[in-house]
Amino acid sequence: MREREDEWTGLMRSAISGDSAAYHRLLKAVTPVLRAAARRGLARAGQPVDQSEDIVQDILLAVHLKRHTWDANAPFAPWLFAIARNKLIDSLRRRGRRIFVNIDDFAETIPSEPTAETAPASEVAAQLRSLPARQRDVLQSIAVDSASIKDTAAKFAMSEGAVRVALHRGLTTLTAKLREQ
Amino acid sequence: METDQLIRTLAADNAHRAQPVGFVLTLALLAAAPVSVAMFFAGLGVRPDVMTAMHNPLFDLKFAVTLALAIPAIAISLHLSRPEASLHGWAWLLLIPAGLLVAGISGEMMMPQRLPMMTRLVGSNSRICLTAIPLMSLPLLAAALFGLRHGAPTRPAVAGAIAGLLSAGLAATLYASHCTDDSPLFVATWYTIATALVTATGALAGSRVLRF
Repeated sequence: MREREDEWTGLMRSAISGDSAAYHRLLKAVTPVLRAAARRGLARAGQPVDQSEDIVQDILLAVHLKRHTWDANAPFAPWLFAIARNKLIDSLRRRGRRIFVNIDDFAETIPSEPTAETAPASEVAAQLRSLPARQRDVLQSIAVDSASIKDTAAKFAMSEGAVRVALHRGLTTLTAKLREQ
Repeated sequence: METDQLIRTLAADNAHRAQPVGFVLTLALLAAAPVSVAMFFAGLGVRPDVMTAMHNPLFDLKFAVTLALAIPAIAISLHLSRPEASLHGWAWLLLIPAGLLVAGISGEMMMPQRLPMMTRLVGSNSRICLTAIPLMSLPLLAAALFGLRHGAPTRPAVAGAIAGLLSAGLAATLYASHCTDDSPLFVATWYTIATALVTATGALAGSRVLRF
């Protein structure tokens, strides 16, 4: 546990100093932990645990956009869990309202046993479609087509700087839309 | 979008660097301060006898109290802009202005007085005090909330309340140079009510705009 958290802190320090591979490894490493926490939260709130993936993605976006509030001299795990907890409570509250409506309307169609599987996340993808064209194209190219920033720039006849700007704006807009939904 | 795809996208954006919260908060407050100062000179202005008043320790105490509120509140709001932060270990800073007021009130009690206590407490500017401090604090409160939005406060109402305290503290510093009521009893009563109004506004606004 301790070792794992020290490793995260090290990876995040490298990420902040510009090592994108370390950042990628860190996000990959924390995702299963976030997923488990999201499932526990959903279970405790009496909601289907297979909805965890939307929450995981919500947390990852917040981690990314708020990482400048992490103090590089402090351990990373408490910061991460504070963000995760905040996002989890937020989504449970939102879902709580939505599911309450569902129970009223379709009480009989809800399966009594929630599946153990994790359903694919849908909220980020849905909001992606409503982004301004340029941001959506860049995000899609990097996320779905796994193109690099360089290839994306060539594909859309943009400068690499413009791709970087569109990518960051896209992520910010996406997060704002998720919060407002 | 699959989570792996999202992670790849976030890693591709790793080069983006956001400004520190302290920097954004400072810029926002510096941009809002001239608005409050302009409101002050347009509506109130410095009291005419300010040169003599400066020799009165009770006049000077007003600035010590308001700044002892504003400065720790700035520090606490920056602290609360980090998600894992809590008020624990920081809240005592807010007792400093209260302590100064208590010391001022006891000091005044020991001095020979021309006016009875109730007269000093009620003063002659209470209505202006209750209007001017909240009004002049509004631009600063908006700026503080804007700055904190750049952070990640996980207790948005508390962070908003502290933003209210800091903006009320700064606005009260301006107002203190206009007001001719120097008794710490007046300050402890009316400045406190005005500050409470701004703090409540900050808490309410914060619980809405500081979520992330």
